[in-house]
Amino acid sequence: MSEDRLDVRKTYKLLINGAFPRSESGRSYEVVGASGEFLANVAQGSRKDLRDAVVAARGAQAKWWAATPYNRGQVIYRLAEMAESRRDELCEHVALAEGIKMKAARSSVERAVDRIVWYAGWTDKVAQVMGSANPVAGAFFNFSVPVPSGVVAVLADQSSSLEAFVDAVLAPICVGNTVVAVASERRPTPAVLVGEMSATSDFPGGVLNIVTGRTEELATTLASHEDVDAIDLGGVDGALADSLAQSASGSIKRVLRNGDPSSTNSTRRLRAFVEISTVWHTIGQ
Amino acid sequence: MSTAPLRLVPAQERGVRIPSNESVPSIDSEAQLRSVLASLSGVDAVGLEGRAAKLATRSIKRSTKAAAIDLAISMVDLTTLEGADTPGRVSSLCAKAMRPDPLDLGVPSVAAVCVYPDLVAHASSELDGSSVAVAAVATAFPSGRASLQMKLLDVHEALAAGADEIDMVIDRGAFLSGRIGQVFDEIVAVKEACGEKHLKVILETGELVTYDHVRRASWIAMLAGADFIKTSTGKVSVSATPPTALVMLEAVRDFAETTGRLVGVKLAGGIRNSKDAIRYLVIVNETAGSIWLRPSLFRFGASSLLNDLLMQRLKQQRGAYVRADEFSGD
Repeated sequence: MSEDRLDVRKTYKLLINGAFPRSESGRSYEVVGASGEFLANVAQGSRKDLRDAVVAARGAQAKWWAATPYNRGQVIYRLAEMAESRRDELCEHVALAEGIKMKAARSSVERAVDRIVWYAGWTDKVAQVMGSANPVAGAFFNFSVPVPSGVVAVLADQSSSLEAFVDAVLAPICVGNTVVAVASERRPTPAVLVGEMSATSDFPGGVLNIVTGRTEELATTLASHEDVDAIDLGGVDGALADSLAQSASGSIKRVLRNGDPSSTNSTRRLRAFVEISTVWHTIGQ
Repeated sequence: MSTAPLRLVPAQERGVRIPSNESVPSIDSEAQLRSVLASLSGVDAVGLEGRAAKLATRSIKRSTKAAAIDLAISMVDLTTLEGADTPGRVSSLCAKAMRPDPLDLGVPSVAAVCVYPDLVAHASSELDGSSVAVAAVATAFPSGRASLQMKLLDVHEALAAGADEIDMVIDRGAFLSGRIGQVFDEIVAVKEACGEKHLKVILETGELVTYDHVRRASWIAMLAGADFIKTSTGKVSVSATPPTALVMLEAVRDFAETTGRLVGVKLAGGIRNSKDAIRYLVIVNETAGSIWLRPSLFRFGASSLLNDLLMQRLKQQRGAYVRADEFSGD
C-alpha cells in the first residue's frame, strides 16, 4: 500500500573522478527553494575535495584531448540524451530552485538540453573555425591550431541553476579541457543532476567534476591553485571577483569574468579557454 | 601531599627500554633458531589491523607536518630498479638525491640512491663527496632464486663497485617450505661478505602470506645480523602496508629490548604520497619510539614519493596547491 511506504530520500553528493563521494569534511548544508521551503541537504565541499577534483581533472585531461573530436561529440550528445529522458525531474528542480512556473522551467530545461546538443556538434568544428592556415613569406605551411587550456575551474552562475551551468561547463569540455565546477551555492541540485547524468553518458572519470558548497570559501582555493590553468568567475562579482582574479594571476591563469564579451555569447565562450598553437612545416617538393 | 615538579621525559626514553650492552644470542643450530622463534607470541591480525588503521587517523598539525615532511625527505632511498635503467637516468636521479629541490637549499638530501649492482660504480662517482649513500640490490634480486655462490658474487661485485649498503632478498621459497636454517645461513653469509657495510634484508612481506610469518622472518633476519629489515622489493603486487610496518616495528623494538641492538626498518613499494609517509612516521613513533625517527634507523624506498613530499613542502610555504610538473621526473 503506497501510503505506508517510507520516503526514499536522496543524498546530493559531489562528483569527483567519476565517483559520488560525500564531502571529505563530512559537512552538508541545507538548500531551500525560492519560497523558503526545504529542498535538499547537499554536501558542503571543502578545500581537500577541490584538491582531489583538480588531481582527477589533471589526470583525465590529456586523454580527453587525445580522444577524437568525433568521439567527444558523441559523449556530449549522450549527455543530451540522458538529460532529455530526465527532463521532468530537471524541470521540477529548476522550478523549485529558481522559483519559476513549470512552464518557464520547461522551456529553460529544453533550452539547456538543446545547448548540450549544440556543444556536441561543435567538438569537430572548433579546429576549422578557430584555426587557420596562415600565409607566410617562404616555402612553409604555417598553421594556427586551437588547443585546450587544460584544467578549467568554473564558479557557476548563482541564479541560473541549469542553463548557465550547462554553458559554463560544456564550452570548456567541448574544446578538450577538463572541468572542476562549483555549482550555484543556493541552487545546486540541477547541477548535481547533470553530474549524475554525465556519469551514465560515457564521460571518462575526471572530465567533469562538480563540487557543491560555499562559493566564497571554495573560490579562493581554486583561484590560487597552481595546477588550475583557467578560471571562469561567472558566479562571483565585485570585490571578491577582483581579489580572485588577482590571486589567479599568481599562476598566470586565463580568467573569464562576468561582462567579458565571451561570457555572454556561446560561440565566444568556446574561445575563452583555448590557446592558439602555431606550427611551421616545410611544404616540400 | 607534596607535589613534585613536573619533569619532562625525553622522547627517546618513552616506552622502550634498551639495555646499554649488546648481547645478541649466537645461533648455532636450526633447533636453537626454532626455539627462539617458538618463544615469539602469535600476531592478533584483527587487533593489529585495527591499531594500524587507528594510528592512520592521527591529525598532524601544520608545523609538525612541515617537520615530518623534511624528516621523510631525509629518509628516502631514491630508487630506480627497472630493466630500462641507463647511466643517464641514474645521473639525474643522483642529482635529485643530493639536491631534491634545486631552488631551495633548505631541502635536505635524501638518505641513499638505490640501484642495480651494475650501476653502482656510476652512481657512486656521481655521489662522490655528498652525504648520499649508494645502496645496491643484490643476491639475485628480486626473486632471490640463485645459488649462494652467485648471490655472494653479486654482493662482492656491488661492494667492489663502491656500494655503501646492500639490499638483499631472502629465499621466500625456503622460508615458506620450512627451511629456515637455510634462510638464516644465507643472511649470515651475506652479512659476512658485507663486513662493515650496511645490510638490509628484504623479507618480501607480500609473499609471506601471514603476519606471523612476517614476525618470524624479521627475527630470523635480525638474529642473522641484518642492520635493516625491509618490507618489499616493489616487484610484487602487495608491498608495504601499515599493519606489516607495525609488525616489523614491534619486532625491532622487542629485539632492541632483549638484545640491546638497534635494527632499522625500511618500507618499500606503494608509498606514493606524503600523507601515507606521515602516517608511517606516526606508526614508527608510536610503536618503536622516536629513536627510530632518523634516517639511520628508518627509510622509505620510493621514487614518486619524493616529488609529492616536495609538492607538499612547497604547498606549506606558499599556501596554495602547486603543479606536479614543477618538479623533475626521475
